[in-house]
Amino acid sequence: MPEAAALDAIDKRLINALQGDFPLVAEPYREVAETLGLSEAELLQRLESLIQRRVLTRFGPMFQIERAGGAFVLAAMKVPEHEFERVAAQVNAFPEVAHNYRREHALNMWFVLATATPQAIAETIAAIEAATGLPVFPFPKEREYFVEMKLHA
Amino acid sequence: MPESKPDLDAIDRRLIVATQGGLPRVPRPYDAIGGELGIGGDEVIGRLRRMLDSGVIRRIGAVPNHYAIGYTANGMSVWDVDDARIDELGARVGALAFVTHCYRRPRRLPDWPYNLFAMVHSQNREEVAARVAEIAALLGDACQAHDILYSTAILKKTGLRIAG
Repeated sequence: MPEAAALDAIDKRLINALQGDFPLVAEPYREVAETLGLSEAELLQRLESLIQRRVLTRFGPMFQIERAGGAFVLAAMKVPEHEFERVAAQVNAFPEVAHNYRREHALNMWFVLATATPQAIAETIAAIEAATGLPVFPFPKEREYFVEMKLHA
Repeated sequence: MPESKPDLDAIDRRLIVATQGGLPRVPRPYDAIGGELGIGGDEVIGRLRRMLDSGVIRRIGAVPNHYAIGYTANGMSVWDVDDARIDELGARVGALAFVTHCYRRPRRLPDWPYNLFAMVHSQNREEVAARVAEIAALLGDACQAHDILYSTAILKKTGLRIAG
């Protein structure tokens, strides 16, 4: 299980502030830096460091690709333990795999496919099944009750 | 659930491809993106604003690695909920402060009887279990069975990467 990263108080304030709505103005980093009492240069340097250290997995727009004609689908696989690393590498090699988690269950690999069209989901699932030799179980969302991708640092 | 599909033109699609990996960490990031696409920074801002308003973009900001910021227990709680009540109850589970994602998904009988997924992030498994107990209390007798699938590793987390 990965450890929590060493973060100072400024990093934490920065992470919390940057999960809000990033300003759509010509110099957005300067605007956020001012609200935190930091210089723009320090904010940019800390942000870069947080990304390099993988405290932040990304920084930018989060697209709801369904609204742009694309598709996001959660899928799971039952991977035999001794083949887990091989299958993880094969699955992760697909650019359509947006994220992938190992979970404690018979269905032990859970990933999200993101594609530019809904048809590409079925094609990608078929390609993953062909590459790994294992069945993929899709769990498309039928209804979204809530999504909030913010976590307080 | 029907969703309107906002009209996106070729420049919007190029803007999605240019920003899906993240915004540049430079003082004028929208000018930098505009430079790549051959449009002005003001136009980049205007197009991102429209995509935010139409829901193509949920939010612009940072996506934390939840392990790194101390949420070392990540439990995907899954529930077998009465179909007649799931929409009413799903909305209430989604409204709980500690639930970060909540969806209805198809069952896969007989192996997978669960149709409601609620993600719970916490500092430790005891806390996840306590929060899952709160969800169980809310669902009451509308729920036949549930499970918690803890994550033990992030194997990949890059976000969207559609082709340009």
